[in-house]
Amino acid sequence: MIDLLIVGSGGAGLSAALRAKELGARVVVVGKHYPTEAQTSMAQGGINAAIDPEDSVAQHIADTLASAHGLADREVVELVCQEAPEAIEWLDRIGTPFDREGERLAQRRLGGAKAPRACYAQDYTGLKILHTLYDNALKMGVEFVDEHFLLNIILHEGRAVGATFLDIRTTQVRQILARSVLLATGGYAKIYGKYSTNGFGSYGEGLAAAMRAGAKLSDLEFIQFHPTALAQSSILISEAARGAGGKLINSQQERFCDELATRDLLARAIYEELEKGLEVFLDITHLGEEFIEKNLPQERKLAILYEGVDPVCKPVPIKPAAHYTMGGIDVDRDLQTSIEGLYAVGECSNAKLHGANRLGGNSLLEVVVLGKRAAQKALDGGMEPQESEYERTRMDRQFIHTLFGLPNKIDFMERREFLSKIMYRNCGVVREEAGLKGVLSVIRQHQRELAFMGIKDRSQLYNSELVQFLEYGNLLELSEAVLVGAIQRKESRGAHFRKDFPNTDDRNYLAHTLFWKEDGVLCADFLPIKDNQIK
Amino acid sequence: MKIKVRRFHPRFDPPSIDMEYEVPDGLVLLEALDLIKSQRDRSLTYRSMCRSGVCGSCAVRVNGKEVLACEYKVQHGDYVEPLSVVDVIRDLVTDKSKALTTLARAKAYPLDMAQVQMSEEDIKLIERQSDCILCTSCYSSCPVYEEKPAFLGPFALTRVYRYVADKREQAKKEHIDEVIEDGIWDCTLCGNCTEVCPQGIDPKNDILMLQSWAAKFGHFNPNMSSFGSFGLEF
Ligand SMILES: Cc1cc2nc3c(=O)[nH]c(=O)nc-3n(C[C@H](O)[C@H](O)[C@H](O)COP(=O)(O)OP(=O)(O)OC[C@H]3O[C@@H](n4cnc5c(N)ncnc54)[C@H](O)[C@@H]3O)c2cc1C
Ligand code: SF4
Ligand code: SF4
Repeated sequence: MIDLLIVGSGGAGLSAALRAKELGARVVVVGKHYPTEAQTSMAQGGINAAIDPEDSVAQHIADTLASAHGLADREVVELVCQEAPEAIEWLDRIGTPFDREGERLAQRRLGGAKAPRACYAQDYTGLKILHTLYDNALKMGVEFVDEHFLLNIILHEGRAVGATFLDIRTTQVRQILARSVLLATGGYAKIYGKYSTNGFGSYGEGLAAAMRAGAKLSDLEFIQFHPTALAQSSILISEAARGAGGKLINSQQERFCDELATRDLLARAIYEELEKGLEVFLDITHLGEEFIEKNLPQERKLAILYEGVDPVCKPVPIKPAAHYTMGGIDVDRDLQTSIEGLYAVGECSNAKLHGANRLGGNSLLEVVVLGKRAAQKALDGGMEPQESEYERTRMDRQFIHTLFGLPNKIDFMERREFLSKIMYRNCGVVREEAGLKGVLSVIRQHQRELAFMGIKDRSQLYNSELVQFLEYGNLLELSEAVLVGAIQRKESRGAHFRKDFPNTDDRNYLAHTLFWKEDGVLCADFLPIKDNQIK
Repeated sequence: MKIKVRRFHPRFDPPSIDMEYEVPDGLVLLEALDLIKSQRDRSLTYRSMCRSGVCGSCAVRVNGKEVLACEYKVQHGDYVEPLSVVDVIRDLVTDKSKALTTLARAKAYPLDMAQVQMSEEDIKLIERQSDCILCTSCYSSCPVYEEKPAFLGPFALTRVYRYVADKREQAKKEHIDEVIEDGIWDCTLCGNCTEVCPQGIDPKNDILMLQSWAAKFGHFNPNMSSFGSFGLEF
């Protein structure tokens, strides 16, 4: 029997897998792509740890709590920040090639940090961490099941005993049982489609599956928008460009904000310019070709390719784009969800480390520190499931079969694109009641129409349209909850900005938003934060 | 403008055909494929994830040369095919799993890392090699891998060299011992892998470096030694 079934092979899934192997467990990692194709590969900036002599763990904790605007759990923040230096040491020991400055680990300063705190490996921090974890996973004999799409969690007497998957290559449904199940399926910022910096795939199926199984989700309305994504492709231009003196100008050649302000303020300032019908540009031409080639080579290449603009010669058009999702599957300090035997870690979870807004460099840290912790806790709580084919598996097999029979009268790809557009405009950087309610009713309309959608490709062999349709169905289910959260929270806090309620309202909303399903119906409520965890 | 895509489905008759599509000017290949799939042909099958050249999922061949679809600007008349040498599953989707098994076979992972001070220069030695995104382009271009499926292949060997060149790694000889059979001596040093690598990695040179490490540990190039008894080398 498998001791730990991990869904997702990003930084969180692989850190957990390595820890579980160290503890002598049998581990299987399942993912919808190949292991190193996880979104963790895209992280550029760095991973935080207070190791610089100017810095301290206390300062790291203080910065993280300040950015969280009251919604972080102080104990979790302390645990993660304290373990950060050890996590970097571990990554270094297993081979991650972090940059050095002389003989020390090089560190750079990211927004919201009072000291240089982010360790990095050129612009490839996430890539190099992910591949190092993968190399070690091969060494330790972690078993991988690739290109399998998570459908549902299998429950038995209220406990998670495994999950069902669609084998993308063959379109067969299979179940995998284990003593414990750990979801590490990443965030959901791609529900904003081409208004997101994320890769194809971050639609949040892990969250939706957990919710269907009865688990609680929390704080879904908190979505971080990165101020500087390329205007056409939403590819991220890293903060380093502004840090080095990049200027933001609008199409009337005016500067309209302080470039070094926090991400949420900048995103809003830029969004307002765009709303006026102006364009916004990031101007780094004065930094010179040599500097740009050395420090932003990837960004230069991608700006030329996707926008047709060479940032060395001309300002690059930009816009804010959905970047990181603070909300997720609600977990306790042991990373356990509200379902026994089911754990969650990484961007798909809400361990209350980031609260209402995440600091750059803290999420890679989270996936490593809490990934390892989750493995340990999940193994502690393991229980041998009964081996048989579960009803869930039969239902899911039937479900996939049904999808092939849908009439396909409404094109889901068009719907998906439309939804991402109105999500961005109404549930994006700036939100307001009427617009949010409008989107919610569209989502519910789309949900009702799902039965009239469907797929054109009838092949059972590597049917990527089917995969996209499944992603879309999950996206609809999750987006409904995001909207409900955004509507209910009649205040502004961190990344959630309500034009109609621009102030923070601690009396009514110093609380986590909880979401769950009862008999298929979405429910939501606030859970007030009792003790004074902010100070 | 028009591009041609080689389609493949083992159950269709014929399994392989070329299809032509009209696409607007100025698109990156991945954008063009997305456009064709969403608006023209839902059955067109390919992989993608990050659209920024780091996940390694979208490698294909254009006019015979390996490229990442997310980093290639479409030209009129382009001919898009799946990677070669590796098995094609459907259209542009290939089976990466066999190529990936070379990593474990070559033990392309740290064996015995000690805690030693690393300097800027030490990191420089492994910087390029650790940029690899496992896109498999190099295997697609390798004439030896094509002839001999047991060959460990460029990305696995580059990764082994990345650990051999890592100052922290103590088990250098063990690494070399693992790449002797079906490894470094099989490479003809043709340089195809180096030419196609989207990350500017030079597997051919990494293999040369492994060969000189191997010589240090007393391994000889079997292709050279047949004339050894005459004291001559051709
Ligand atoms: C452009 C960009 C830059 C970033 N830069 C930084 C940075 O500098 N510093 C920092 O700290 N953070 C950064 N982040 C955020 C950080 O990269 C992510 O939060 C983190 O990598 C998430 O890791 P994860 O392991 O939780 O999930 P992911 O890496 O997203 O992995 C998710 C895994 O789950 C699998 N999966 C998903 N759905 C399914 C399904 N239905 N079935 C089966 N498998 C599934 C995927 O295949 C994948 O293997 C950045 C993010 C982006 C997009
Ligand atoms: S060495 Fe280059 S071509 Fe080969 S897999 Fe790595 S990145 Fe791709
Ligand atoms: S140099 Fe060697 S590894 Fe590279 S393509 Fe040629 S034969 Fe293959």
